[in-house]
Amino acid sequence: MTAEPVIVINGVSRLYPVSSGSFAALSDIELTIAAGEFSGLVGPSGSGKTTLLNLIGSLDAPTSGEIIVLGQKVQELDARGAARLRRDQLGFIFQTYNLLPVYTVFENVEFPLLLLQMERQKRRDAVMDILERVGLADRAGSRPAQLSGGECQRVAIARAMVKHPSLVLADEPTANLDADNSHRILQTMLTLNRDLGTTFLFATHDDKVIQYLRRVIVLFDGRIAQDEVRDETAVSAGTPGGYF
Amino acid sequence: MILKLALRNLWGAGVRTWLNAIVLSLSFFTIIWSQGVYHGMQVDATRNMIAMELGGGQYRHPDWDPYDPLTLPEAHGAIPAPLQKLIVADKAVALLLAQGTIYPDGRPQAVLLKGIAPEQQILELPPIAPAAQPGQIPVMIGREMSESLELGVGELLTLRWRDHTGAFDAREFLITTVFSSSVPTIDRGHIWLRLADLQVMLSAPGIATLVVVSPEMTGTQLETDWVFRSQDYLLADLRAMVRSKSAGAAIMYALLLFLALIAVFDTQVLSLFRRRREMGTLMALGLTRGALIRLFTLEGALHGVLAGLLALVYGWPIVYWTAVTGFALPQASQDFQFAIGDRLYPVYTLELVLVTTLLVLVTVTIVSYLPTRRISHLNPVDALRGRRS
Ligand SMILES: Nc1ncnc2c1ncn2[C@@H]1O[C@H](COP(=O)(O)OP(=O)(O)O)[C@@H](O)[C@H]1O
Ligand SMILES: [Mg+2]
Repeated sequence: MTAEPVIVINGVSRLYPVSSGSFAALSDIELTIAAGEFSGLVGPSGSGKTTLLNLIGSLDAPTSGEIIVLGQKVQELDARGAARLRRDQLGFIFQTYNLLPVYTVFENVEFPLLLLQMERQKRRDAVMDILERVGLADRAGSRPAQLSGGECQRVAIARAMVKHPSLVLADEPTANLDADNSHRILQTMLTLNRDLGTTFLFATHDDKVIQYLRRVIVLFDGRIAQDEVRDETAVSAGTPGGYF
Repeated sequence: MILKLALRNLWGAGVRTWLNAIVLSLSFFTIIWSQGVYHGMQVDATRNMIAMELGGGQYRHPDWDPYDPLTLPEAHGAIPAPLQKLIVADKAVALLLAQGTIYPDGRPQAVLLKGIAPEQQILELPPIAPAAQPGQIPVMIGREMSESLELGVGELLTLRWRDHTGAFDAREFLITTVFSSSVPTIDRGHIWLRLADLQVMLSAPGIATLVVVSPEMTGTQLETDWVFRSQDYLLADLRAMVRSKSAGAAIMYALLLFLALIAVFDTQVLSLFRRRREMGTLMALGLTRGALIRLFTLEGALHGVLAGLLALVYGWPIVYWTAVTGFALPQASQDFQFAIGDRLYPVYTLELVLVTTLLVLVTVTIVSYLPTRRISHLNPVDALRGRRS
C-alpha cells in the first residue's frame, strides 16, 4: 500500500443556521488520517464528533473547506458518486446499531454485498466468515429483536466489515453496551484492524473505547484541542482516558 | 437486487402486507368476476336473440317502424322476389305483424300478432301445433304470457283485430302451444299464429312485414326495396344495454378498488414515517435516493402482485367452476330484460383479465409512488437521527 492518507481535512467548518444567525458545529478543522490507523475523535457531547464523522462519510457537506476521502474530494461527488463511495469503501457503525429489523442476522450482514452485486456463493462465504470473526455464526438465522445489545452491535460491526471496506466510521459504538460487551467489541475491531489493515475512526467519549485508541483527537466546541499518537505499549496496557 | 430487498421487506411486514393484499385481491376478483358475468350475459343474450328473433338480419317493409305500432296496419306488402327465393330455399322466413286486442278479466290489452310459417327452420321456435278440430285456429304463446294470462294449452283466447280494409273482427282462438324462451321480446305481449292464418285474418294473402334470413346469411345483402337491418345493427340496443349495466357495476368495484388503494397508500405513508432511521441506514450503506424511492415504490406495488396471486388462488376455482357449470340466476335478475337463460355462464376473456391486472398494478404503483416521492427531500443525517425533515 502507498502512504497516501485515507482522510485529509483542510480548513473544514460546518455551520448550522439557528435563530440568532449561525452556529459553528465545526470550525477550521485540519486533520489527516493515515491508512491502518485506529484512532478516535474524543470529546464531550455536542463537541462536533458526529458532525465531523458525517462529513467524512459524505452524508453531509461542509460549509467551507475541503475533505478528501480515499483520494476523492467529497464535495465534488454528486449524490450518486457519494453513494458509490459509501457502498464500495466505507463502513458505518452507529450507536443505535440500526439493523434492519425484518432481516435476519445473515441478511443484515449480507446487505452491503447485495449492493455490490456479489454472487451468491461468495456472499455466503463472506458473511459466514465475518460472523465467525464476531462470534455470531450460530445466530445467523436470528432476527435483531432476538439478540442482546452487544450481539446487535457485533452484527453491525460484521455488516460494516463484511465487504472489507478501507475505512470504518464508528459513532459511539459502545454507548448502549456494558463493560464486558464493550471490550469484546473493541477487541474484535482491533483484531480486524490488524488482520485486514482496515482504518478505524471512532467518535466517542467512553473511556473504555479511548483506552484502545492508538491516536486520540480531542474535539472541544468544534475545534481540535489536542491530537495525540500513543505507542503500542500504552494502548495494550490500557491507558485510561482523562482527556476532559 | 431492489426486487429482492423489496420482497424481503414485504415478507417482514407480515400481517399488514396480507391485509392489504387481501383487500386488493377482493377488488381484483370482483372486477373480473362481475365483468365476466356481464360478458356472459351478453354472450348468452346475443346467442339467444340470434337464434330466436334476429337470425342473420332482417329485411323490413319500408313503411314499418318497429318503435311505432301505428305504422303496423300499413306496414306489409308482397314479399320481394329475391327474398321469396330465399324463403323457398329455406334460408329465410317471412313474418307478418299486426295489432290485436285481448280481454283478460274483461279489460282490453294490446297484443302483437305475429304470423310465421310453422315449418320454418330459421328461428328456434317450436312449430305451432295444429288444432284438433277443424275450424279452430291454433295460436302459440310464450311461458311468461301464459302465466300472466293464466291460460294454458287447450284453453281459448278471445282476440279482436282489424283486417286489411280496417274492419274489426273478433273470434276465439285455441292455445295449442306454449313455448319457453329466454328472449322476453318474443314472449311478452306476443301471440304467435301460422302465417297463412294471419294472412287470411287480414284478408291479404301473400303479404309479410319482414323477412328474417338465416344466421349463415349474415353479411350478404340483397338488392331489394325492403330495408335491410344487419345482425350487428339489431344487436346494438342489446350491447348498449349491457354496457350501461356493467358501467353501473363499475361504480361498485371502483369503490372497492379505491378502498384498497387507500389501504396501500396508508401503509406507504406510515412506513415512510416509521422507517426514517432505516432509510438513513440504507443511504449510509450506499443506496442512492433514487434506489430508495424505487425500493419503497416497488414494495408498495408488490401488494398488487401479491393480490393478483391471492386472487388467483381463491378466485380461479370460483371463476372456473361458474364458467363451466354456470349458476342459477336469482329471481330478481329477471328484471334485467336480458335474453338470458335460467343458468348464467360467465365469460372471462383474456383481455378482461389482462386489462384488469394492468389496471390494478398501475394504480397500486401510482399510490405507492406518490408518498414515496418525499424521500427525494430526505437528508441522510436527519434520517439517521430519526428526525423528520
Ligand atoms: N441539524 C442541526 N441543526 C443545528 N444544530 C445542530 C445540528 N446537528 C448538530 N447540531 C449541533 O452541532 C453541535 C455538534 O453536534 P454533534 O456533532 O452531534 O456533537 P457530538 O456528536 O460531539 O455530540 C451540537 O451543539 C449540536 O446541537
Ligand atoms: Mg454524536
